[in-house]
Amino acid sequence: MQITITLNGKKITEDIRPDLLLIDFVRSHGCYSVKRGCETSNCGLCTVFMDGKPVLSCSVLAARAAGHQIDTLEGLQEEAEEFGAFIADQGAEQCGFCNPGMVMNAIALFRENEDPTDDEIKEFLAGNLCRCSGYEGQLRGIKEFLSYRKKRGESCE
Amino acid sequence: MLKIKDYVKAESLGQAYELNQKKANRIIGGMLWMKMSDAQIQTAIDLSGLGLDQIEETDEEFSIGCMTTLRQLELHEGLNTYTNGAVRESVRHIVGVQFRNLATIGGSIFGRYGFSDVLTCFMGLDAYVELYKGGIVTLEAFADMPKDNDILVRVIVKKKAQRCVYLSHRNTKTDFPVIACMVSLQENAGKVVIGARPGKAMALHLSGEQMKILNSADVSETCVKKIAEEISADVPTDSNIRASAQYRSHLIRVLVRRAIMQLVKEGGCE
Repeated sequence: MQITITLNGKKITEDIRPDLLLIDFVRSHGCYSVKRGCETSNCGLCTVFMDGKPVLSCSVLAARAAGHQIDTLEGLQEEAEEFGAFIADQGAEQCGFCNPGMVMNAIALFRENEDPTDDEIKEFLAGNLCRCSGYEGQLRGIKEFLSYRKKRGESCE
Repeated sequence: MLKIKDYVKAESLGQAYELNQKKANRIIGGMLWMKMSDAQIQTAIDLSGLGLDQIEETDEEFSIGCMTTLRQLELHEGLNTYTNGAVRESVRHIVGVQFRNLATIGGSIFGRYGFSDVLTCFMGLDAYVELYKGGIVTLEAFADMPKDNDILVRVIVKKKAQRCVYLSHRNTKTDFPVIACMVSLQENAGKVVIGARPGKAMALHLSGEQMKILNSADVSETCVKKIAEEISADVPTDSNIRASAQYRSHLIRVLVRRAIMQLVKEGGCE
């Protein structure tokens, strides 16, 4: 069947199998940041934005995504780089495998809630599993980033 | 792995219903639980193009389209004001935001899953389901109906003077509940729904005697504890990988007591 998906701003029309999952569609178009971590719709590594909302690309049919806008980390480089530096500064991650999914969902959080509390951060990111480093460093990095952003916002005013 | 031979984005409920009469065809809902299976599906029927992803609120009721996501339920102001946050509480522990942006109320309820927080919560709200052919039936009745090839179109919650609390216990964050519990009180009636027993949610109606105790001015924690024990005794539990039957029965006593105490402290029924 033929579908058209707008992937990172670029329209792609392609013949697909009806059971092709969105994760395999985006990876076949070079979006290797999108990882398959669990196969049980649980780990958050495959997070992409569908019309701006974070979803598990391992659990959506590419066919259902037809006509929608899909964004991956590859399309959010500027936003991701700025935030990612704060995670790196904390030495927050050892292997980095879960990083793209976490960064995607963190960006979704920042867009929805400019000034989240610790509990709100933890709740929003509860579906992003990290199996090697833990979450404390991530939380420190996120808070550092938020306070940096706040300061920058204030100095602009 | 889930295999799908053909995919149809339904253009009408009639078309979806026709397709769904064939046993090898399936409505995919949010596809989250279905994806965990090795099902071989001839035609996957997608209802996402029918505008059934909205929550409509009027003075009398909430009408929730079957493709409304759990995340929409979580964030809906009217629904959460009416339920004092119980709807939000019932879904916010389910996996993660990305999962809840996909999982639908229709899928959660049509499956009548034992683990379902959503079924537990909406049964406690005396919700109705609107079926394409079967019409409007109470969710309690629907939970006991055999699975057929009808389509769950909407979930309807009629507004009334009630107060409710939702509580669940999980072994770890984002996991299935070990016990889910919804208590709702009206002036002269009360309802307790227990889910994840691990069987599917069941509703118990508080007796006149129990309501009298809860409505008395000097209701004490001891009285509430006794009511929670009576309820627990009436709820069959079972053991599975997550917890033993005894532990579940214990949790029912604790959660029902806490939920009722919360309602009593907040000042009884409106």
